[in-house]
Amino acid sequence: MEGFLSDIFIAPFVSMWEYPVFLVEVLVGGLLVGVMYSLVALGFVLIFKASGVFNFAQGAMVLFAALFFAGFLEAGMPVWLALGASAVVMVALAIVTERVVLRPLVNQPPIVLFMATIGLTFFLDGFGQMIWGSDIKVIDIGIPKEPLEIHGVLINSFDIVAGVTAGLLVAGLALFFHYTKIGRALRAVADDHQAALSVGIPLQSIWVIVWSVAGLVALVAGIMWGSSLGVQFSLALVALKALPVLILGGFTSIPGAIVGGLIIGASEKIGEVYWGPALGGAIEDWHAYMIAMVFLLFRPQGLFGEKIIERV
Amino acid sequence: MRVCGRVLTLATVAAACLLAEPAPSLAVDSQFVGLMPYRTGPYAPNGIPFADGVADYLQLINVRDGGINGVPISTEECDTSYNTDRGVECYERLKNKGATGSAAFIPLSTGITYALIERAAVDKVPLLTTGYGRTAGGDGRVFPYVFTLPDSYWSGADVAITYVAQQMGGFDKLKGKKIAFVYHDSPYGKEPIPVFEALAAKYGFQLSNFPVAHPGLEQKAVWLRIGRQLRPDWTIMWGWGVMNSTAIKEAAAVGYNMEHFLGVWWSGAEPDVIPAGDAAKGYKALAFHAPGADFKVIQDVEKFLYAAGKGTGDKNNVGTVLYNRGIFNSVVLVEAIRNAMNKFGNKPMTGEQIQWGFENLDMTSEKLASLGLAGFMQPFKITCADHEASVPVRVQQWDGKQWTFVSDWIQPDRSLIRPMIEAAAEQYAKEKNITPRDCK
Repeated sequence: MEGFLSDIFIAPFVSMWEYPVFLVEVLVGGLLVGVMYSLVALGFVLIFKASGVFNFAQGAMVLFAALFFAGFLEAGMPVWLALGASAVVMVALAIVTERVVLRPLVNQPPIVLFMATIGLTFFLDGFGQMIWGSDIKVIDIGIPKEPLEIHGVLINSFDIVAGVTAGLLVAGLALFFHYTKIGRALRAVADDHQAALSVGIPLQSIWVIVWSVAGLVALVAGIMWGSSLGVQFSLALVALKALPVLILGGFTSIPGAIVGGLIIGASEKIGEVYWGPALGGAIEDWHAYMIAMVFLLFRPQGLFGEKIIERV
Repeated sequence: MRVCGRVLTLATVAAACLLAEPAPSLAVDSQFVGLMPYRTGPYAPNGIPFADGVADYLQLINVRDGGINGVPISTEECDTSYNTDRGVECYERLKNKGATGSAAFIPLSTGITYALIERAAVDKVPLLTTGYGRTAGGDGRVFPYVFTLPDSYWSGADVAITYVAQQMGGFDKLKGKKIAFVYHDSPYGKEPIPVFEALAAKYGFQLSNFPVAHPGLEQKAVWLRIGRQLRPDWTIMWGWGVMNSTAIKEAAAVGYNMEHFLGVWWSGAEPDVIPAGDAAKGYKALAFHAPGADFKVIQDVEKFLYAAGKGTGDKNNVGTVLYNRGIFNSVVLVEAIRNAMNKFGNKPMTGEQIQWGFENLDMTSEKLASLGLAGFMQPFKITCADHEASVPVRVQQWDGKQWTFVSDWIQPDRSLIRPMIEAAAEQYAKEKNITPRDCK
């Protein structure tokens, strides 16, 4: 018992103190992985923000987009054309989803729309693999993967590219939301559906746009995760990594998705490296959810989520 | 008009049903084999080539030989997605199908195997768990319906350490060395730990265990600990599916030497290395059989099935590691059924009769050659007491394009492994109140 308590309360901090470079490596590695989680979380946030729908199918959309991109590359398309063609597929998916899944369910309670997205998940998983098969596909678009040593700190160059990509994506989305007419309409719908409708903003078009943007975000996430892991069914499971990020960052905040990803990424790596051995290892999955739940105790709306006050 | 239309539709469906060729699984004079593949789910990339190999060989026996001793084989697949609950459901759905029930089951999952062991003993249906499952199942006195041939994880663990010792210049050189063990955090991954611990105590090396949570998508923390903190002399992996390729990539990302990274036979197939690209060059894995298409049986599959458009899956998978392992599974099953038929008559066999067939398998070099498997693996023999055989294992290495053998055949240390298997089986028998069979 004494040894266990020491492993929990003393040994990790001693190790951090004695090997600060390793601590920095773990921290930087965690932050960069967190950015990859944020890429997936962003898609959830976009749709929830604009429609109040928790899109359970976001992970499946990541797989679906990556399958098409990898499939187009295998078919001999150049990268830019495969990217464009995959983007068209994701926009088409958004249109079909709005027409077939969302439109018939307008004015239904959110839980009904949530259930519909669960159905969409299974459809996308099956349909994507029916077209492209279940074999692993490799995406190699020239992203460097060699380890770099900067001042004695080992960093994977792929993680740096992923971090820069996510940063550009967030900046692009922020500009789109703040400075374009469509972005302002999206924000209006997110703030109040009824008010937005009353001033002539077409809800259905907005839904198509927001699902398209979420589809494009899924495409970027799919390319990054697919380059890292290979394109296979497991890619759909990265959504599970985004959930604690959402809980932490709030379901309606784009900066929240980024900051939440960074916190979850860094803390799960530090938890696994320093406290994992004492707890039997393989703790990073549940550790992330535990951190998110502790946050919920103090900020139920997440770090950047909107505080909902309803008067009785 | 609408009523007429419905009547017409029903009539068409009824006519189609009458004219349709009867499904092979319904034929009462055929030997039914219930198959439990996983062509869906996170482990599908590994499950598919294996399932194709299993199905293709059974089909080959029908097409080329007209069945086993003239008795055709019928099959039905039930996809488990590598889920234990679905595996049990598939077993229950298939076990009583066909004239005599399913001949045997090949779960390709240690979790599903654990869940089926007691049921299979009651139902008298053999479980063929080649190179996986419950290691104690190698003791046929306690587990009459479990066959872990040709090697268990414990034999694999012993061979892995022997190979490491060979590379270091002898067992005495292991003293004080650091060996990391990265494993899928499941019954499968945990299975070899007792042998590694026993060998660590015997040879004096430091063993450090690193579990990876299912499915193994994220391993950065594990590999930072291994590559930057522990810096082991060797790393051994018991992974499956996406865990393998992710581990190889993360190992490369921390600059770990691939020449000193060795996987078990379930971490040494093409889907494990191809997604990792150049990072996988030099990675090694255990193998109890050869990869490639240079075997007569594989050439027969290409000639009788794929050339005739009757192959089960993608022709590109033929000759890959997991496809060949699927072929091996069906070869063993078919020979067990043939053994049983030679004793009990040429008709569909029951599970109990096929269990006898398994316990009298003698796969000599001549027998393997006659089956088109010359040079594929080492000969082995199954008995009432020994359901494992423990054949010699080789180490193969990925050169970026293909697997090539880089060691001779290494014999697992039976004097170490067998007493451990018997002790584990006796413990199980005590817990379950089983009286071991007398195999003398």
